[in-house]
Amino acid sequence: MGEIFAGPTELALGAATGLVFGFLLQKGGVTRFNVIVNQFLFRDFTVLKVMLTAIVVGAVGIYGMRAMGMDIPMHIKSATIWMNAVGGLIFGIGMAIAGYCPGTGVAALGDGSRHAWFAVLGMVAGAAVYAELDPWVKSVLGSPDLGKATLASVTHLSVWVWIAALAAVAGIVFAVLELRPGRRIGEAEPRTA
Amino acid sequence: MNVLRMGRWSPYAVGAGIGALSWATFALMHKALGTSTTMVCAAGAIERAVAPGHADSNAYLAKQIGTVEAPKAIVDWQFALVIMLAVGAFIAARLARSTFKEVVPEVWSRRFGDGRLLRFSAAFIGGMVLLFGARMAGGCTSGHGISGGLQLAVSSWTFFGAMFVSGVATAMLVYGRRSGNAIDRINDGEVTNG
Repeated sequence: MGEIFAGPTELALGAATGLVFGFLLQKGGVTRFNVIVNQFLFRDFTVLKVMLTAIVVGAVGIYGMRAMGMDIPMHIKSATIWMNAVGGLIFGIGMAIAGYCPGTGVAALGDGSRHAWFAVLGMVAGAAVYAELDPWVKSVLGSPDLGKATLASVTHLSVWVWIAALAAVAGIVFAVLELRPGRRIGEAEPRTA
Repeated sequence: MNVLRMGRWSPYAVGAGIGALSWATFALMHKALGTSTTMVCAAGAIERAVAPGHADSNAYLAKQIGTVEAPKAIVDWQFALVIMLAVGAFIAARLARSTFKEVVPEVWSRRFGDGRLLRFSAAFIGGMVLLFGARMAGGCTSGHGISGGLQLAVSSWTFFGAMFVSGVATAMLVYGRRSGNAIDRINDGEVTNG
């Protein structure tokens, strides 16, 4: 069985991470189909708030720790921009219909969703289909490949310029959303499900 | 009130929590939050069980799970993470007694009715399409959206923009958009809890 399972420490760390991640997703309400689809319909902004906050907080911490000299490897995926863009367009279609993304779909199983089981089975099937077509996809859309490019590296700006800009945009978006009439700061969206 | 028993947390608190969780995965585990690669491992494990020769001959699967002769761990850090997502959500829901046995979601049924077969089929096809897109793009909402977004990766922001645009377009097309301003309707209480 040694070849099927990674080492116990790695598995324990992954399990602990998943436990916290799943807990947070459920408390955030993003394990719910209605919350995710209503984001795409601009009726509920929970998903955007969770994601933008996670990105800004994560970026400040990780680039901050690196700036303090800590050895933190990055995990930047290749900018094969046509594959990123077309893959993203396809992903959005599927996500609007499934009502989940992979992480929230699996978390939704624990939250009680019945139809999410079919979404997750579909995801495994989608992975199998992609595995068959990967060589063809890469031959059509695989170039150009900008490698591990970041917004900072392609613009020759400091990462902190981008993080500050991102934080400012997030702040403005949040302010606009929260200052809608009849809302209290930070409260959950009125639509829950 | 015990915070763990609250049904919903502020989305900002949840987002900050996920951001802080990625500090831990980057700094302590040298990993980035992600989920969709696990679906490839799961698909590969099934294919190996059913048709080992076919699984071995597929370079994309072999990159994740190796081959029968030279296997790589299928249940790895991310696989454990994905399994425990369901457990974490289960605990969160149970603590708040908010578990919701949703069969056909409200937003769906308003447009397509309560039929289970239609909803289950659509969920399957939606899942299939989105994972295909995620593997083409190199990640999903967690691997690209959060982990890649916070690293300021060009690949991830390209993905994020594309998926949001097409998600909005698809949702508008599929679920329709009733007349009037959505936010006004929410504040008028017309759109009530589902």
